[in-house]
Amino acid sequence: MHTVHTDNIFPGVELTCINTDKFKTGTLSINLVSNLNRETAAHTALLPRVLRRGSKDYPDMERISSALDELYGARIEPTIRKKGELHCIGFHVDFPDDRFIGSSGNLLEETATLAGGILLAPDLSGGLLRDDYVQSEKKNLIDDIRSIINDKRGYSVDRLLEEMCSGEAYSINRLGSETEALKITPQSLTECYLNMISEAKLEIYYCGTAKPEQVKSALQNALANLPQRNNLPKLGTEIILYPPSDAPKRVVETLDVTQGKLVAGFRLGKAMENNPDYPALMLFNAIYGSGVMSKLFLNVREKLALCYYASSSLDKHKGIMLVSSGVEYANFEVALKEILAQLDHVKNGDISDVEMNAAKGTITTSIKASMDRPAGLLELYFDGSVSAIQYDPEKLCEMIEAVSVDQIVNTAAEINTDTIYFLTGENDDGTRN
Amino acid sequence: MEHRQYPQIGEQLYIEKLANGLSIFAVPKAAYHKSFAFYAVDYGGVDRRFNLSGTWIDTPQGVAHFLEHEMFDMEYGDALTKLSSNGANPNAFTSSDITAYYFECTEKFDENLDTLLSFVSTPYFSDTSVVKEQGIIGQEIRMGEDDPDYNVYYNLMKSLFRHNPVRDSVAGTIESISQITPQTLYDCHKVFYHPSNMALCVSGNVDISQVIEIAERILPKDPGENPGRDYGQAEDLKPEEYKVIKAMEVSQPMFIAGCKSIPAPKGIATQRQDIISAIALDILAGHSSPLYIRLYGEGLVYSDFSASYDASADVAYTLFGGESSDPERVFDEVNKEIEKLSDTGPDSGLFQRTLKASIGSYVRSLNSLESICVGIANGHFLGFDALTGLDILKSIKEEEITNFYRSHLSPQNMAISIVVPK
Repeated sequence: MHTVHTDNIFPGVELTCINTDKFKTGTLSINLVSNLNRETAAHTALLPRVLRRGSKDYPDMERISSALDELYGARIEPTIRKKGELHCIGFHVDFPDDRFIGSSGNLLEETATLAGGILLAPDLSGGLLRDDYVQSEKKNLIDDIRSIINDKRGYSVDRLLEEMCSGEAYSINRLGSETEALKITPQSLTECYLNMISEAKLEIYYCGTAKPEQVKSALQNALANLPQRNNLPKLGTEIILYPPSDAPKRVVETLDVTQGKLVAGFRLGKAMENNPDYPALMLFNAIYGSGVMSKLFLNVREKLALCYYASSSLDKHKGIMLVSSGVEYANFEVALKEILAQLDHVKNGDISDVEMNAAKGTITTSIKASMDRPAGLLELYFDGSVSAIQYDPEKLCEMIEAVSVDQIVNTAAEINTDTIYFLTGENDDGTRN
Repeated sequence: MEHRQYPQIGEQLYIEKLANGLSIFAVPKAAYHKSFAFYAVDYGGVDRRFNLSGTWIDTPQGVAHFLEHEMFDMEYGDALTKLSSNGANPNAFTSSDITAYYFECTEKFDENLDTLLSFVSTPYFSDTSVVKEQGIIGQEIRMGEDDPDYNVYYNLMKSLFRHNPVRDSVAGTIESISQITPQTLYDCHKVFYHPSNMALCVSGNVDISQVIEIAERILPKDPGENPGRDYGQAEDLKPEEYKVIKAMEVSQPMFIAGCKSIPAPKGIATQRQDIISAIALDILAGHSSPLYIRLYGEGLVYSDFSASYDASADVAYTLFGGESSDPERVFDEVNKEIEKLSDTGPDSGLFQRTLKASIGSYVRSLNSLESICVGIANGHFLGFDALTGLDILKSIKEEEITNFYRSHLSPQNMAISIVVPK
């Protein structure tokens, strides 16, 4: 269905080219990858947004937007992601395939050139990134960090991670913290920029109909100003196998909400040692708490009708699982008990054929369905590149089909609760705020 | 079977109308791993009062959505479970206008389609299941009450509209759903869930003849009666209230401003209106519009600032919204820009550029099987072919854009809803 070709466009700069003619668009994903760091996270997060405001050739948003409109609505969108403890910033770029716009354009070359200019040729006329852009995007970043609280579900997950991983880079939000963001100046951000473009790992992905040589040549031209890459830092994620104590840490907070939130964080234990069995971990998560056939959905939501949602998610890079649920205050303890009881069922191998097959089907369908979206396809390969073990998506599907109950029991054996976070609308004495 | 080709966009569409009145649409894409089936009912949150065989029936707010949740219950258990255990990824939604059930899968498409068509055609409700669902949907409603987006939206709709059911939440209220009984659900299913009031769209790795065979085998033979619908007393264009402000636990103000207008007649006029409105609103408030760029530069709006036009239940409305430190100032600026554009029309260069960008975004939307199927089903219920969008786009004239500003965006028909931090 698609062919994959990897090549270096410059020494140390890898291009993964995925060729398929099934999409109507061409897509480029440009990523600068560094280790998440508390002091620099806000700077790093701010960079793509400041760069996107204007380059030497296209000095303001109006000119960039006009150029993109002329390229048939091509998009160059800043991306700020967190993969384990890696901070990945850059641009997601896409444009219609020349076949469908009735013009003999060179949308790949033209869009790549525009994106390359935004990344590598900002206006540094006074030696610094433009003060007005830095201040304006800094304010937006701070507003975004503050608005995390608007979504109580996401906020609760963030708070749990802050409590559970307080000494680990993993607790750093992908946007950084408000305190660090407030310290940003044009000087400090310019310094961060110059470091990033010479010292961060640069990974580029393409998906579309253009041949690998054509993509390589378009990118070599677009990124001709890229500084020589040297001293690339060692990238990685620290994995902690066990909670610090047998008794889970409990954190209770109150905010003005009508529905409470419960988030539980788990460490995966020996499952993360040596060569982690990713296919078994993915299946474990699907059986336990991800999707409508999972134990959490069927028991906590459907059978006991305790909440509107209850689901688990697992970060295989970091070795952490989270269970997140929206419940009435009165039901917190009942829901938590049921969440832990269902985990014990999986650990005991209480997994029916129906559950096993459903979980396998859910995961393989979701991997294959990702391959039907340009961004999903690129994400599969990018995710693989930052994993301890890399699999081709088709190969991963085969391995998932072959996982046994024993493998899952083995994987789940040492999954232990680390921290439990409750968000309620009540004070301790039971009165409402 | 009808076969339409669209060489410009590289797509083709097969259409079959069954004897029972069901329209089936297939857009094959052999290179995709997955297949997608979308089974939609022309019945949504606004369809609360309807006429069946001469009798008017009133139903509680939230029934269409409640029915959607309950449909998955079958004598054998849960249809959601059956689809999931067969490798499908199923889901459903209820909007103001339609209820839709769908799944994607990479194998056993025929079996899954059989399951989908069977459960949507089989009403199976009980007191127990209704009580259980009241618990689950009750939690969904409570979650909405905490959600500032939900509050800012429905506060606006209630300000704009006096009677029309678009002002009420699709999920209903804890009070309204408590009035629902198994009989309510049986009645609504009987009235709306019949083949001539539904559409089946499939795309991806699919074979239309198999789809037809399964649909003919499973679905009822009787086309059913198309119910009359009543959306209440006609609305004039004057909002009920001009401004509503609510304090919530948010980091900074968010707002939606809205303007009432008269919808285009059903059919190709609606399709054209949708396309004109999208271009007109891109020129007015899109990310390359002078207004957006100026307000963004001044720190008054963020990249979430957006505008949209929608028509439903005999009313039309244009919405502008996002977060802002000063929503009323943004509202003033939007109004000034509307006044200017109504007066002079769009800048020709900007119009041409926006047209190009719209062509690209239409082409991009065809990557998504979901977006294709949803577009075709909506188009079918409203009387147009969504895959002709590119031709229409290319034929849009500047005057039509100017006319949109004049006829759909009158300041006296606008209201604003704001959620402010506590």
